[in-house]
Amino acid sequence: MTIDNTAVPSPADNISHTTTKASGAVSTRAGGDPATAIEATGVVKTFGSTRALDGLDLRVRTGEVHGFLGPNGSGKSTAIRILLGLMRADSGRARVLGGDPWTDAVPLHRRIAYVPGDVSLWPNLSGGEVIDLLGRLRGGLDVRRRDDLLERFELDPRKKGRAYSKGNRQKVAIVAALCSDVELLIMDEPTTGLDPLMEAVFQDCIRAERDRGRTLLLSSHILSEVEALCDRVSIIRAGAVVEFGTLTQLRHLTRTTIVAETRQEPVALSSAAGVHDLVIDGSRVRFDVDTGHLDAVLGVLTGAGVLSLTASPPTLEELFLRHYSDQVPETPADGDDPSAAISGGRHGVARFSRGAK
Amino acid sequence: MTTMTSPSPAPPVAVSRVRHGELVGLWVLLRLNLRRERISLLIWIIGVSAVAASTFSAITSLYPGQAERAALAGSITANPAFLAMLGPIGSTTVGGLTAWRIGVLAATMIGLMAIFTVIGRTRADEETGRTELLMAGVVGRSAQLVAAVIIAAGAALLIGLLVAVAGIAQGAPVTGSVALGAAFAGCGWVFAGVAAVTAQLTENARTATAMAGAVLGAGYAIRAIGDTVVGWKWMQWLSPQGWVTRVNAFGTDQILVLVLFAVTSLALVGTAVVLLHRRDVGLALFPARLGPPSNPRLTSPDALAVRLHRGSLTGWAVGFVAFGAITGGIAASAGDLINGSPQLAQIINRLGGAGVLIDAFLAALGAYAGLLAAAYAISAVLRMHTEEAAERVSPILATAVGRTRWLSGHLMFALGGAVLLLALDGVVTGIVHGARIGDLPTGLDRGLVAMLIQVPPVMIMGGFAMVIYGWWPRLSVLAWAALGLALVFGLLGRVLQLPQILLDLSPYTHMPSLPGGEIRWLPVLVELGIAAALVAVGVAGLRRRDVM
Repeated sequence: MTIDNTAVPSPADNISHTTTKASGAVSTRAGGDPATAIEATGVVKTFGSTRALDGLDLRVRTGEVHGFLGPNGSGKSTAIRILLGLMRADSGRARVLGGDPWTDAVPLHRRIAYVPGDVSLWPNLSGGEVIDLLGRLRGGLDVRRRDDLLERFELDPRKKGRAYSKGNRQKVAIVAALCSDVELLIMDEPTTGLDPLMEAVFQDCIRAERDRGRTLLLSSHILSEVEALCDRVSIIRAGAVVEFGTLTQLRHLTRTTIVAETRQEPVALSSAAGVHDLVIDGSRVRFDVDTGHLDAVLGVLTGAGVLSLTASPPTLEELFLRHYSDQVPETPADGDDPSAAISGGRHGVARFSRGAK
Repeated sequence: MTTMTSPSPAPPVAVSRVRHGELVGLWVLLRLNLRRERISLLIWIIGVSAVAASTFSAITSLYPGQAERAALAGSITANPAFLAMLGPIGSTTVGGLTAWRIGVLAATMIGLMAIFTVIGRTRADEETGRTELLMAGVVGRSAQLVAAVIIAAGAALLIGLLVAVAGIAQGAPVTGSVALGAAFAGCGWVFAGVAAVTAQLTENARTATAMAGAVLGAGYAIRAIGDTVVGWKWMQWLSPQGWVTRVNAFGTDQILVLVLFAVTSLALVGTAVVLLHRRDVGLALFPARLGPPSNPRLTSPDALAVRLHRGSLTGWAVGFVAFGAITGGIAASAGDLINGSPQLAQIINRLGGAGVLIDAFLAALGAYAGLLAAAYAISAVLRMHTEEAAERVSPILATAVGRTRWLSGHLMFALGGAVLLLALDGVVTGIVHGARIGDLPTGLDRGLVAMLIQVPPVMIMGGFAMVIYGWWPRLSVLAWAALGLALVFGLLGRVLQLPQILLDLSPYTHMPSLPGGEIRWLPVLVELGIAAALVAVGVAGLRRRDVM
């Protein structure tokens, strides 16, 4: 499946802003850094005694698909609402497309499309009417593109409100967001409820958007989706970003599981750096190894004479589970633990701390 | 559909009991309903019974002698506005005057409480998907409906009981007190039944509430005709509020009329249960239709506001046209009352003739229309809160639509719509009245002036609702509380002899009595200014706060 990448606005359509997408260039307001679409520094938001955002730092580069991950209640939606100017931060600084999301909400929103996590439709409006309404309120919509998207997402635009299933309500919001010509798409768990086929269509559309130079902030729990789409990822926990980098960089933070059979018992493994959960059963051995220590540990194994070897590559799931779980990630006594590597920037992974730029 | 029961196979006896037990889970649902409605039911129960109790004691202390009460009753009977709004006086005892003063209104209020409670705990839950969650558990098909009706009927019964106790405590006859309390409870039961039926008819809780509310309003209007138009007394039998008058508590105490309430409410609930079994959970008897695949005219926040408000405004407009027709129709007969009593005719002729009666009648019904128009304005302003609570505002504000722009369409309907309703009421009243007296210009002048003088206080009530929504959206019930106070001050303030300072709090107090009086522009302009300020403050609040 391909998508119409040319993005030539039809003469009939009524788009009031003038941004060219041909080269992926994005017009930004004076004073903003054109390479940064979203920049939040030390954003704090409290509701009564609850600190929903606790010094959030987030930077999304122009033209990238940025994954925004975190456990339920970690503050993702609050952060998105602040970026949309629906809520005002108690302190800290947020810039979106070079503007202040609170004071410049209206002009900024001409250049932003938003897909909420829980789409609520008007009971007396059909899905098609909602798509038209949201598109036109944003400043215009591409009718050809809308019809194309309706067909691709197999969405019946004539139904009203609750007659749609959750997935179909979600599709209404996705189509409404994609049929406008905007620079920045902010999506809060947009694919919850979509079937795998539609998930594939969604991913195609997002790739096409990226190829057209759009920036995308995608909050998601679907790891395969994040893996397939996102250039970089920020993981938020308890209102602050705890991990940030490209997927390749993040993968270095995870462990590879190794199951091997050796000629001799590889006793040296028990003292090797980066080895965890070691189980030696005679000649069979099973352990996890920090990806950074893989080379040295394999050397130890080879020394024992490898008969067979299975290595399970690190999964993102492990990384996420580590951050999603309530427990603070364990810190091994030696200085070679992966989080130390992040702080040291050894793999080029930045770790934001409060107050850092 | 999955169930929430344990996966292990249940014994066959239990299964069959679950399948046939229509009311399984009733107890749990009753407790859930009590938990959810406790605050609002408490307000209704305390509010209505406190008004009843204070009316009993006010009339006891203000009109202790039989002669004083007879004089009061005489002046009331001469006033057709009182007949239209409150019905005839059945007896000149303290109890009789109290029953007349609060009877029809309290019965209507209890009906309103029953409608809100039943729709809220049936169709509104169904619309939001909560019912599905409950019905997937071990819950009988009728349990939810019956639980909602029991809660509403129980609250009505409790009000009736408190009213009876208040009467007895003030020394009123026991039979009369019990009859009045029972009539109140009965009216609540009937409208709980009406709401149970309308909840089955449409998928939309708002529409279901509007349908039941229309029946309540019709009941009120029908008895107003029966009470005022000579020879049409039989119409009282067509209205549950009319039955309250027919019970004639403290007068002849027609206990048998109470059977009507019981039979009607049981028949209505039975009908609702039958309808419930003929439909699927989440759907209704009138199925939702498909809409247009696209709509190029839906281009602005105002266009959306039109779509969201036009149905309700149309419904209110129909109600106001009916109200105007009845007002205009009865106004001319206000003069007829003189014919019944030569002494009365003498008094009235000394005051300025039948025209004075008509003017007073129109002014009194105008004040009533003002309260109703404020109810529309408040509900339309709070529609913004409903939209926000349903998370339908953030997608709009995430487009190139600012908060003021979004809100202006809603405010236009809330305030402009209220003015339109009053004008419509005035025109219809004027035409009907004009036709009956054979003088259209005079009729129109009287009708319009009676209704339009209510515009300033209505704007203040709408502006107050805007302040509440703009700053403290969770306290939106305060906007309704303000209307409740205005209603109590306006209708009972004189009888209860409340201190003037308290009465002055109500914006309705300051409007000149028109037609018939002299128009004073100062209070009109001051009130319009206050209303504008309230709107501005409310808008400023919404612009500053977080939007959910």
